[in-house]
This record gives sequence, C-alpha cells and structure tokens, in this order.
Amino acid sequence: MAANEDLALLVQPDRVHRSVYADPAIFELEMERIFGRAWLLLGHESQVRNPGDYFTSRMGREPVVVIRKNEKEIAILINRCAHRGSMVCPEGRGRLPGDGERFVCPYHGWSYDRAGVLQAVPFGTGYEKEKLRELRLKAVPRVATYRGFIFASLAPSGSDLEEFLGAARASLDDFVDRAPGGELEVAGGVFKHTYNGNWKLMLENHLDGAHPAWVHASSVAVARNAPEPGKPGEEHYYDIAVRQMRQNGAPESVWEATGIWTTPRGHGYMGDYHDDSRLVAGLGNPAFEEYRAILAQEHGQEKTDRILRVTLWNTILYPNASFMSQFRQLRLIHPLAVDRSVVYTYSLRMPRAPARMFRDTVAFSNVVNGTASWVLTDDLEVYERIQRGFASGAVEWAYIGRGAGRDVAEPGATRGATGTSEVFIRGQMRAWLGYMTATPSTTQGPVQ
Amino acid sequence: MTPEQFLYHEARLLDTQRYEEWLELFTDDAAYWVPLEQNQKDPFEMSSIIHDDRTLLELRVKQARHPRAHARQPLARTVHQVGNVMVEDGADEVKVSSTLQLVEFRNEKQRLYGALVEHRLRRVNGTFKIAHKRVDLVNSEGELDGITVLF
Repeated sequence: MAANEDLALLVQPDRVHRSVYADPAIFELEMERIFGRAWLLLGHESQVRNPGDYFTSRMGREPVVVIRKNEKEIAILINRCAHRGSMVCPEGRGRLPGDGERFVCPYHGWSYDRAGVLQAVPFGTGYEKEKLRELRLKAVPRVATYRGFIFASLAPSGSDLEEFLGAARASLDDFVDRAPGGELEVAGGVFKHTYNGNWKLMLENHLDGAHPAWVHASSVAVARNAPEPGKPGEEHYYDIAVRQMRQNGAPESVWEATGIWTTPRGHGYMGDYHDDSRLVAGLGNPAFEEYRAILAQEHGQEKTDRILRVTLWNTILYPNASFMSQFRQLRLIHPLAVDRSVVYTYSLRMPRAPARMFRDTVAFSNVVNGTASWVLTDDLEVYERIQRGFASGAVEWAYIGRGAGRDVAEPGATRGATGTSEVFIRGQMRAWLGYMTATPSTTQGPVQ
Repeated sequence: MTPEQFLYHEARLLDTQRYEEWLELFTDDAAYWVPLEQNQKDPFEMSSIIHDDRTLLELRVKQARHPRAHARQPLARTVHQVGNVMVEDGADEVKVSSTLQLVEFRNEKQRLYGALVEHRLRRVNGTFKIAHKRVDLVNSEGELDGITVLF
C-alpha cells in the first residue's frame, strides 16, 4: 500500500475502509503526512505567560517543549538532545527563570537556552568546533497564535494559520468573545485519559448528534432522576452537569434541528444544541446576571446579546483539537499507535468573570469530560469496541452515508441537511485524503 | 466494630458488588473525593477525578446498574486490599488513614490502582458512618484509562 491511488480507494463518498483505522502502516503515514504537516493546536498563551515559562507536549508523536522565549515570541522545540537523543526537558511544566538558565541534558550535560541554542558542551575539546556550531534543539518551523491559542506546524511551508482555520475561526472567536476583556487562562488541572482506539474516533464522535441517545442512555437516565436544579442562587454545585446529561437525551427533533458544518480542512462545528437558558444554571442565576452586566459594560447591550446568542457546541479543529467554547473545555488528542490514543482535557477560566462561573466549569468538566465521568467513560467504551470491530477483516467497510447527497454549500463551510447528518465525517475523510495524497513537494495540506 | 473492621466491611461490600449497602455507610452530608492533583486542597476551583456528595454517589451506583451502562455492564470484578490502617481518635469523628490496592478485572483487561486513603468516620448507634472519604491515587496526574470502579 501507500501509493496515492491505493489510498484514494479507501475513502469513498459514503464509506471508509476499516484499514484507515486499523492498519499500522497507514498510521505511520498519518504521522508524517497529517501530523507532520497540519497546524496543530498546542495550548494557550496563559500557560507561558512570562519569559522562560514552558510546558511539554506532543506534536503527533514528537515530544516538544512550548516555551516563551521573550515578551513577544513563543518557541516550540523538539525535546530531543542533538547529541544522543535524550529528552532534555522532563515531562511537565516549569520555568527557566533567568536568561542564563538552561535545559541541561541528563546524559552528558549538553545545555540549551530558551531558544534551543546549544550553549555548553562538557568535555567539549573532543568535538570539532565547527560541527558543534551546527547542533541545537530543533525548533518547530512554524508557530502562530490565534486570539491567544498557540498553534504550530512541523512543515516549513504551507497555508497560514488563518487560512487553515477558515470558517472555524468563528468558534475560537466565540470562545474568546464570551470572556470579559477577551481574557482566558488555563486553570483547574488537566485530565489525561487514554483509550485503545484510533485517534480519529474521538474527532468523529464529538460532532455526532445521533450517538448520545444510545451511548449515553445510562447517564441520561440517572440525570433525569437527579434532584431538580435549584432555584437561581440556590443551585447544587453539580446542576450544570445534570442539565448537560439531561440534554443528551433530547428528542430526535432537537438533534435534527441542530446545525452541523464542516470546512474544507476537515474542521467542524455543531450548532444550537444548547443555549444558556438550558444550561448555565438558568438565566436568573446571580453569577450569570453579573457576568452579563460585565459584558454589557464592555460592549453595550446589543453586542452582548449578539455574543451570547452564538450557540456553537463542540468544535473540531482537524486533526488534533476539540473544544466547547460555551463551557471553556479544550481537548487535545495525541495519537500513540494505530489503536491507542491519549487525550488531554483542559478547563479555561475567565479571570474577569464572577468566580462562581469557574466552579460551574469545574463541575461540568468532572462529570462530563473527566476520567471517571458518567458520560466520557461510555464514549471510551464504544471507541474500544469500534477498534475491535475494525480489527476484523471479514467486513471491510464502515458506512458514513447519513444525509449524503443533501449537503448544503454555505460560505466557507458545508452544512449537513439535518443536525445528525454525517457530513462532518465525510468532511474529515476528505481532508484526511487530501493530506495523505498531497505530494511532499507541496506540503499545503488538503487539496481544495 | 473497630474502625479497622469497618474498613474491611466496606471493602467487602464493594468486592461483592453490594453497592446499595455500601451507599448506606455514608452520612447524608458525606463527601467522596478522588482528587486530580497530589496534595490538592480544594474540590471546587480545581478538577477532581471524582467529587461527589451523597446524591451524586447514589446516581453513580444507579448508573452502574443501568442495563445500557456500556462501560459498567458487566460490572468489574474487584479486590480492594486495605492496609496500613492507622486510627486517630477525635471527639466526634475518627480519622482513619489507610492504603488501598485495587485490582479490577473487566472485559479481558486487568488494572491495578494504588492509593492513600483517608476516612473521617462518625459514630452512629455503636458503629460508624463515613462523613468524608478521600482517595489519592498514586497516578492521579498520569495518563489513565476511563475509571468506572468505586474506590
């Protein structure tokens, strides 16, 4: 396999070959052609606020360090010593406080500054000086931010970030516009959960409006038996999560009426499955009232209404990110193997909003997205069952034809005929094929 | 019943899947907390792997019994191995520190958890009720499979 014409056979208008999810050779190609080319979302500027602040992450399988070099610039360094390959920075976050502080390799003590420049080599006389001058921590060639979110690409050339994001920028705008002063910060800890399944399964599931009634039947049932959410100002701390679980049991007509869009790059977003009156502890909630007033003072009433009227639910940025702008949840997926993935789940706080709102975010995250969640755990179980199903060769194809042939072209995006259309999977697969078959000399991502 | 015997009794209820009886061990105002971070101080401003009051804990048990709880049916078989029990007597409550090794088997997969556990037990009618239970997993900050067992 691997010839482009062979790859093209695997993705057809209404079906996908199982090997796209189960073949280790295809996974190797994905790491090179998708995760090695696309813009990947790595985090938020609040994680590297001061010069020297850093955190470790992955780009596909590449271990990287995201570090603030100086007031203006963020660098992303491949976390691998130029000498014998050891990771120079241990996993986690930290700070190189002074300008003279270094990442020191634990193997032979080679040390690197914030920009990845090799600064000192013990026993240095044994090396050719000229050769040492060529060595450094490799810097990821392209780094860019969009409204505070940090993106990077391992490819030296290709479309710029804004073009890559396309119509999905609206979801990031919604995320930021909802925050007073446009200020957001990563806070409240990071959930890290794994599953024995392909990375694409998560991205497909997050926009699937036909799954909650089945996958989440048990959490819908218990949420319906939960105590009624408290009156404004007297809520239980978990009301927001109970409301969300109940909403997963919304009737078919609600799901069908929800908008679903996909962009040429495979991004996608889901429309008005929720609004604040259904979910944020009720519109009469004093903290929410105060929040509205803060926004109104900043933007005026009309613009505030417009900001809060945007009801985008899950957004997928293909190939590595999923977020809920209204609830300030960000999930990044790191593929480990064709049948193994790890997901990092972050919450973001609005520092200028009432403190109570972050408590809602925390409760929501624990119950809906956390490692022992009522909701997430059932998704993970299904991903694993799919992976086991795709491991079998007796049945070759997965069917992705719901709503096919009835998609609606809109500016910058394609809309599904109804909210449960599988238009977003077809969009992701088209983007997948674009990346996988683009010739190496034109690392432009998907052909459009 | 000694505090030590009470902890063994609790473990036995969980390992024999008598979850509804296990729930009865908790006071109405109980908290059941599995922090996300080591030395976590607060369950409201910081995420937790589990942060349940008595109501949520009951919902957790009800979900496990639901026929379409895909990640919980069939229920995991478990062994809760309680050790290093140390008792600190107080006026109203007894503080009990212990260690937990939990072996879980479900769907052809076996998992092992280790945790430092702290109970605050309240004396009620000659026995105890759990007013607060905190379970600090040794790998709470690590990469974990989805968790569907009760610690």
